[in-house]
Amino acid sequence: MNSVSRSHWGVNALALFIGLFLFVFLIVPVVKVVFVAFQDPNTGALTLINFVDFFNTTLFQESFFNSLYVASMSVLLATIISVPLAYFTTRFNFGGAVLIQTLGIVPLIMPPFVGAVAMLLLFGENGSVNLLVDEWFGFTIPFMQGLNGVILVESIHYFPFILINLSAALLNIDRSMEESAQNLGASGTRLFRRIVFPLAMPGYVAGASLVFLKVFDDLGTPLLLNINNMLAPQAFLRISSIGISDPMGYVISVILVAFSLFSLWVSFLALKDKDYSTVQKGGGGLMKRDLRTWEKIGCYAVIILILVMVLSPHLGLGLLSFGTIWSYSVLPDAFTFAHYDNMFRTAGQYISNTLLYAGLAAFIDIILGTAIAYLVLRTGVVGRKWLDYIAMGAVAVPGVVLGIGYLRTFVEFNVPIVDKPLASWWVIIVIALAIRRLPYALRACMAALQQVNVMLEEAAETLGATKSRTVRRVVVPLMTGGILAGFVISFATASVELSATIMLVNAESDAPLAFGIYEFMQQAAGRGPGAALGIVAVLIVGIATYISHRVIQRTEKRRNAGQIVVTEGAGAGAAK
Amino acid sequence: MSEIRPEAVGVSIENLSLSFGNTEVLKGINLTIEPGEFFTFLGPSGSGKSTLLRAIAGFGPEPGGRILIGNDDVTRLAPWVRNVGMVFQSYALWPHMTVRKNVAFGLEERKIGAKEINARVEEALTLVDLLELAERRPSQLSGGQQQRVALARTIVVEPRVLLLDEPLSNLDANLRVQMRRDILDLQRKLKLTTIFVTHDQEEANTTSDRIAVLDQGIIQQVGSPIHLYDEPANRFVADFLGTANLIDDVLETVDGAPLFESGEGRTAMFRPQDLTIQPPPGTAGPDGALLSGQVEHREFLGNVIRYTVAVGGHSLTVDASHSAGRPAFATGDDVALVLDTRNIRILPG
Repeated sequence: MNSVSRSHWGVNALALFIGLFLFVFLIVPVVKVVFVAFQDPNTGALTLINFVDFFNTTLFQESFFNSLYVASMSVLLATIISVPLAYFTTRFNFGGAVLIQTLGIVPLIMPPFVGAVAMLLLFGENGSVNLLVDEWFGFTIPFMQGLNGVILVESIHYFPFILINLSAALLNIDRSMEESAQNLGASGTRLFRRIVFPLAMPGYVAGASLVFLKVFDDLGTPLLLNINNMLAPQAFLRISSIGISDPMGYVISVILVAFSLFSLWVSFLALKDKDYSTVQKGGGGLMKRDLRTWEKIGCYAVIILILVMVLSPHLGLGLLSFGTIWSYSVLPDAFTFAHYDNMFRTAGQYISNTLLYAGLAAFIDIILGTAIAYLVLRTGVVGRKWLDYIAMGAVAVPGVVLGIGYLRTFVEFNVPIVDKPLASWWVIIVIALAIRRLPYALRACMAALQQVNVMLEEAAETLGATKSRTVRRVVVPLMTGGILAGFVISFATASVELSATIMLVNAESDAPLAFGIYEFMQQAAGRGPGAALGIVAVLIVGIATYISHRVIQRTEKRRNAGQIVVTEGAGAGAAK
Repeated sequence: MSEIRPEAVGVSIENLSLSFGNTEVLKGINLTIEPGEFFTFLGPSGSGKSTLLRAIAGFGPEPGGRILIGNDDVTRLAPWVRNVGMVFQSYALWPHMTVRKNVAFGLEERKIGAKEINARVEEALTLVDLLELAERRPSQLSGGQQQRVALARTIVVEPRVLLLDEPLSNLDANLRVQMRRDILDLQRKLKLTTIFVTHDQEEANTTSDRIAVLDQGIIQQVGSPIHLYDEPANRFVADFLGTANLIDDVLETVDGAPLFESGEGRTAMFRPQDLTIQPPPGTAGPDGALLSGQVEHREFLGNVIRYTVAVGGHSLTVDASHSAGRPAFATGDDVALVLDTRNIRILPG
């Protein structure tokens, strides 16, 4: 009896501790930001005056519409890129489908702002492509002019969200859905319009709203392209130039949060009650068909064009990091290792800071993630669902907003031993990263725990293991794959995050890699070493992504081992 | 239900063969299905029965040979111009459409006027007794209701042939019995040529006019359910339909006389109920052969007790009908068996 009540006490204490952590580092800062936005800067009374001021200022109006325009156009362009890729690879039998699905993920392993400068050199007014176009045809194309540049960079970076979700939705449509329509007389575009398209719609909307949210909140890309008349850069500039008391930064934050919530709501509506995953035993995915030769050529042409565009930031960054001088020319004048040498001499601090911060943040995330997953799925602690909701709610908080919230909330909180405000101590960066990436790690841990059968735990308990020993000896070992994947995802994305950190970095010596790239890219001379540092970032994220991919694959394989699927006419995948 | 009544047509399958890559799934199938017949493809999984059904609907790789529906060769026609109705194993109801929309789909594809569509949809839904659920989504229906929507959706377009791909396999046992009666009633009412695919012999026996038993892509035998049971053409059919005693070598009576002529490529078959079990020494009638053995195993099944009896190196399955008060034998008892020799069938190999 004693041990039971003690374990109850332990679980409650754990829940309380996590709740407190989320309260202090997520809820309080966000509420503070919202509160300040509605507060009269002089009297402190509640008011809408700040919002009135905001919408009466031409610059802010312009920023607001620019942000909306850029986010919407990025969704459109990302859709144009992803739809053919998703449709061709799920629909037709042809080599390279796996390659496309893999290369389609590549953009995600690079922070968007890193590619921005490289894109400028490739597609800018005097970039490689336009120099060639001008030479051959006598005109230039404004790929990167003003907002176009932001749209191009963002959509190239974020289209995989649509590609992944849309492909999954298309793969989840059972073949019999199409066959029954054909059986009743539908074919061709009518079949697509009436059956395939509506069934894939929820997946598409989920992906598209994610792209909208990410682009709307993004700070790094417009900053690096020197586009300041958008919301996130304005919030950053107001706070960093005018100061922490300027209400406009807070108003913008509220608008950013509102739009984030809106796009999450749209995606929720799209997916609600629409479990269109219709795959049945023996089915699986759209009916695939073979392509005729000329169709194949057309497909490959479209795909190669898209992939070249998608991989151009990486290409450009590589050239930039190895090139000596690259200006008004199609390619750099010569190639050198000097930038790497320079970068390692001056920027070693950035790299080690990043590894430390992202590592710590990811570690905090998996501890919290595992604990919350366990509390939610395995205990009856009051309010356990709320821990989950609040932790997931971090998705809706843009980095800029969290940064501003931390500055405002913790500026007066002095950390005893180091004797500095918490807002300017490097640990706050780690906490910001941990909060921002917690949703990713939490989902991974949840999924991992859901796959552990409760009976395995009960078996351990009947053999005499206490709750905590069961967790340690049975649950955690079985969750390892998922936890590891969660760690890597948190680590990889945290290591290139810029929007919260740029506001919280107080000293050069505390700055992480993303901040370093931003600093380098500010001056022309820093571009080479900046690009070299960018390559390091790509490598870190790339390697981490590869590891997580392998880990997930191995876990799936282990889980599927022993499950034999016997289906008649399994070869029907080759049908038609 | 007067208007959904298409002219019944027959289906002929001539020398049909079909492969998935290098795997030959159907090998030289020849079949004639009569107009208005309830015809079943019966076989274990992997026998090719579903593949054959799908080939008739126009799905899967292009087959060799010919498929005729009525007098039309449909072998090379696309699925959407064949006008055969297929009910899928998973029902394949579209989750983004209401029941009404699902049922109307085929009529809309046929460019029929809205008024007529409406009337025919109502008629079809009435037929399957689902009119009041017309505005529901498939996810809000039970398995049996989904099944009936799938049926309504198919028959509303007045297909020339109705194809049913294991339509009962996703239902629970009670519903399955009810549903197969409903399907049969509907088929009789509409006089619709129907091809039914199942691996369940009871389903096949209770519904079909005739059955084709398939194994490894080859038709083993075609016939009425009773014919297949009583006169199986080979070992596979004998074993797949019901329980059979299959004896490849010599089986001797108590007198030491062989019961039948045995030899290479000859298998004797008789059913468990062709044997009666008695206390030793036992007596045999004019057509009975007396055997002696020992009870190895006993299973009580309710209406019968199924014994396994060791007789001269063979294990014979014997069904003794059971009713209250009738004594049963125990494992290890010596018993006499009487085999009705008129029911012994000699099968090839």
